[in-house]
Parts: sequence; C-alpha cells; structure tokens
Amino acid sequence: MTAQAAGQERVLTGTHFMLGDHACAEGALAAGLDFFGGYPITPSTEIAERLARRLPRVGGKFVQMEDELGSAVAIIGASAAGARSFTATSGPGFSLMMESIGLAAMMEIPIVIVDVQRASPSTGLPTMVGQSDALQARWGSHGDYGVAAYSPASPQECFDLTLLAFDVADRYRIPVLLMMDEVVAHMTERVVIPAADAIQRGQRPRPDHAPGATRHLPYAVGDTLVPPMAHAGEGYCVHMTGLTHDERGYPALNEATHNQLVNRLVDKVRLNAGEIERYEEYALEDAETVVVAFGCTSRSAREAVKRGRAAGRKCGLLRLVSLWPFPEARLRGLLERGRVQRFLVPEVNLGQMRREVERLTQLPVLRLNHAGGAMPTPEDILAVIP
Amino acid sequence: MSGSAPIIASTHPNDGLLRADRFPHILCPGCGIGTVIHCYVDAMAASGLALSDHACVSGIGCSGRAAGYVNVDSYHTTHGRALPFALGIAVYKPGMRVTVISGDGDLAAIGGNHLIHAARRNVDLTVICINNFNYGMTGGQAGPTSPRGSVASTAPEGVHDRPFVLPDLVRAAGASMVSRWTVLHVRQLRDAILRGMQKRGFCFIEALSPCPTNFGRANDLGDGMAEMEVYRERCELADGTPGYDALDIDLTDHTRPILVGDFLDIERTPYQPVGEHTA
Repeated sequence: MTAQAAGQERVLTGTHFMLGDHACAEGALAAGLDFFGGYPITPSTEIAERLARRLPRVGGKFVQMEDELGSAVAIIGASAAGARSFTATSGPGFSLMMESIGLAAMMEIPIVIVDVQRASPSTGLPTMVGQSDALQARWGSHGDYGVAAYSPASPQECFDLTLLAFDVADRYRIPVLLMMDEVVAHMTERVVIPAADAIQRGQRPRPDHAPGATRHLPYAVGDTLVPPMAHAGEGYCVHMTGLTHDERGYPALNEATHNQLVNRLVDKVRLNAGEIERYEEYALEDAETVVVAFGCTSRSAREAVKRGRAAGRKCGLLRLVSLWPFPEARLRGLLERGRVQRFLVPEVNLGQMRREVERLTQLPVLRLNHAGGAMPTPEDILAVIP
Repeated sequence: MSGSAPIIASTHPNDGLLRADRFPHILCPGCGIGTVIHCYVDAMAASGLALSDHACVSGIGCSGRAAGYVNVDSYHTTHGRALPFALGIAVYKPGMRVTVISGDGDLAAIGGNHLIHAARRNVDLTVICINNFNYGMTGGQAGPTSPRGSVASTAPEGVHDRPFVLPDLVRAAGASMVSRWTVLHVRQLRDAILRGMQKRGFCFIEALSPCPTNFGRANDLGDGMAEMEVYRERCELADGTPGYDALDIDLTDHTRPILVGDFLDIERTPYQPVGEHTA
C-alpha cells in the first residue's frame, strides 16, 4: 500500500474506497494510458487532477491543453503515433469536441472521451447532475459515423467501462465515449482493481507486413471492416485525411467512394453491435413493466423495481450499460415474449433515450423526466410503476 | 498529365520524398505552395534522417493540402487543428521531427489559440505558415493577415481590420526561432526549415506566397511572376528583431520595404510535458 499511496504503480491492484472520477482515471491507467490531453471542467476535473499526479510517474504524458478543441485533437494525434490516449470533459467541452469526434471517426484513429454530464444546456448547473448529452454522444458531430458510448452506474463501473472503452476504441478504430454523470462521478464506493496480469487488453489491428516490404494501404479492409493501423514513425508513410479518401488514404472526392466509406464507418459498429453493446437485466423474466434506465438513474430504478416486486408488482429493469449501440435486439427479444405491457424510461433529461424505446415498440412508454440538477428517487419511480 | 505537354524527364530527384502518384496537384499556376513543399522536402533530405523520423501535419485550405504530397507519415486534419494534432505526435514520440505546413487563415484565425499556446509552451515543432493573405481555396475571402486596404470577396470595399503580424505574434508568445521569407527566397527558406528541424523547440517560419487566382487578381498584383517581382524589388533583410509596425505588410505601398530574415534564433527549454520518461 505504500507504493500504491505514492502512486507509482500503473495498476492499483486491490480494494479501494474510491471516487467515481478517480476510478475512471485508474481505469485509464490500467488500460495502458500513454497520453492525456485535457482542459479542466467541472465535474470531470478530478480525472485530470488524478492523472496529473499519477500518469507522469508511470511514464505517460499529461498535457493540459488550451481548450477542449485542442484536447480532442491532441489525443487523436498521439493515438496516430500509437498512444492509448484520452480526455475527460463535461457538456460545454463535449460540445467543443464534436468536430474531432468526426475526425477520429473518419481517420479511424481510436480515442476515448469521457463526458461527465452536468445539467445543461449551455453552462447550466455546473456542479449538478444531468444525463442530457446522451443523444449528442450518438449524433453530435456532423455526418453519419459510428461510435460506442457506455454509461457507468457506479465507481466500479467507471473503472471497468473505462478499460472496456479503450479496448473497443482500439479493436474497431472508433471514438468511444464514456458518458458518466455528476452523481456517479462524485460518488465514493468500493472499487476492486484486479491484478495487472489479469487485465486483457484489446488490440488495434496492425499491418501484417514490415514497412517498405510492400506498399501499405492505410484503409484497405478485409471481412472485419477494420483496416490495420500503422502508426507515425513506423516507416509505413501513411496519409490520413478527414476528406473522403480511398484505400491509399488519398482524397477521392466522388460520391461512390464517399458512400462506400461512410457506410463502412457506420457498419463497423452496426454489424458488430453484439460484441460492443452491454446491458444488465434485473427481474425481467415475467415483467409486465420494464424500466429502462442508465447511469445514476438506474440505481434508483433498481431499488424501485426491488420494492415493486416486494409489493407484488411485475416489474423489471433493463439497464443500459451501453447507450450506443442501443441494445435493440434484446429489447425486441423482450417484446417477442409477449409479457411486457409497458415501458418506463426515467432519465435526467427530457426524454432522450425514451425515443429509442418508442422507436421499437407500439406499447406505452411511460416517462419520468427531470431537466437536471436532481435525479429521480426510488419513490419517484415506484410511483409510476403500476 | 494530359495530351501535348512534352515530358522533359520521367523522374525527379525528389520523387522518393513526394507522393508522385498524387500528381497532378491541385495548386494553381503561379501559386507558391509547391515551392514551399519543395523547400520542405529538400530540408528533409538535408536533415540526414530517415523518412520515418519525419511527420507532416496540415490543416485545411490550399496550404493544408501540403501534407498530402509528401511521402512521410502525413495527416491532413481539420480546420485550425494541425498544431494540437502535431503536439500529440511530438509529445508521444519526441524523437520524431514533426513539421506543420498550413496557411495563414488556418493557423492564425481558426487555429490562432493553438498557435500562441504552442509557441508559449515551446512545443518541439517546425511550423511553416504559408501566408498568401487570404483564404484561397474558398475563393479569396479576407483573413487575419490580409493587409489593410486589400480587396477580398468578403471585404469588397477593402479590409479595415488590422492584420496579425505573425513573426511578431509568435515571437512575443515565446517561440525559439522565428523567420520570414518569401517563396522567392528558396535557399533561405529551405535553410530556415532545416534549422527548425534541427532545433528543439517551437520554430516558426512565415513563407509569403502569391495567390494570383484570388488575392493577386482582386488586388491588381498581376500573375504569380508579377508578385514575385514585388518580393524581389521590395524585400529587405531585417536587422535584428523588428516589431509589429516594421513587419507589417502593405503590398500596395511601393515605398515600404517588406522585411524578411531570420528574426530570432535562441535557446529556450523545449516543451517537456509532465510525464517525460526519465528512465
């Protein structure tokens, strides 16, 4: 524990009583974080502060950038050179990072962005909870592209899902967004960190030929739809651009190339959704009311379902661990069983993920919303469960 | 190349440094960007380093296409963001020589905040800012370096804003090396780029370039050759480190010199981000 306290271990193996933001930072370190570029913003700042102390001592680079525009691009540049890199922000900074989510998606350079959501829009309630960036995570940058987004419900999940986020980013060469919320970020709970050698890391697909042996085509793909990635400095002489490009990486400004490229960027996630998506079920076997919830709200929802069951109400919880991909196949599966009478989607926004449920069913989708600054209590949710 | 143009030589000594399969390029006749690319690859060859030690990063615009023509790891990023992208490479792989080639609008307007902060930090980069006084690719709009009085599509009555004088701006922000040359001064330009590659820290080279299609035509400067004549007649080697007013450019006032030179070359501790490997 002495060495751990000094923060010289990359993986803080053991059981901790840890803040959600700190658990996220530790998850990044355990994932092999090489480069952090960020700009302080409440309520994510503890992630940067923790890494400012921890990352240099394990050989990584911590850079406090001039703004979130620069932060998002710096981590793309570092990732292009082979670094596992990420940044952490909140709504206002997340908005500034949107253009670079598109760049990372288009260049297929893996990055992880943490958005600790606060009550929005604009400056909103900087220190208070929100879940209203959920759709922005999916659709915020211009154009069509694929991303994954996870929403932790506990400090333990802040650790676990940060690990997962890096793996998914690398495997599919996509931007992965960790959609935390202020409540989970500022919650302190037990966090169990495994032994370093127990952590399996997903890998980027890499060229199977030495540089110079044959010409490297940076965007030539096989069946996986994910091209092997060569890094700056390795001798492959890659060219990457945000313009529509062919398999050489060269600009190819025509509709046919564009259509093929953008479809592949989306299909990488769409066709691999089963591998990327995550959800948790609780008491769904015979549920007539299915509560769909995520992040801090899912904690109240679980307690409400537990109490509802004790009172004889047939309710269950589908917890969205991944917001994107939305676990569409699972929801359809529940509907096919024929027991479900209604859905209830409590969230700290005015109905963003409810739209996804409504898109998939003709059944009533009940709502319980707050614009931000407060989250629903178990009593609030229980009151809506018939 | 189509049709009747005679082929003088089938290869060029710099072919290995350029992506020859991308030619013909998109640049207009008389544009100076090709000359800057030539100076860059000449400096790269003179650096004695392997191509794999070099990376080139560009933003958006005509100058932003530079990265696409050089045969090193090259990244054509978003508008204004070449510098933070390059910082990410340079910080993570400090052995690499990372060069940013981009335009005045990209680096000084939409990317202006990144420019002054990269200079402040003294990030180990060589930045070649091709200044053609306007947004060329999009049809000649006014930019942050458009001289007062010059005509642009978004300033039909002439530019009223005071321009940035980039060498002065970047020097004040903390750069290690600052030069200004024009695309007429190919040897000086190449040498400045080479010194920038060899130096640790933020090295900024402004390369004045004709844009005959847009800026030149709108301001009666003639074709590219005519603007080169202006450079030849009016450029003077600066003494010491001139300030804003001395470096300010008025292309229409023929009595004023355009100051060029190597204005600053000092030793300053290069950026060592917290987390530099000490082992």
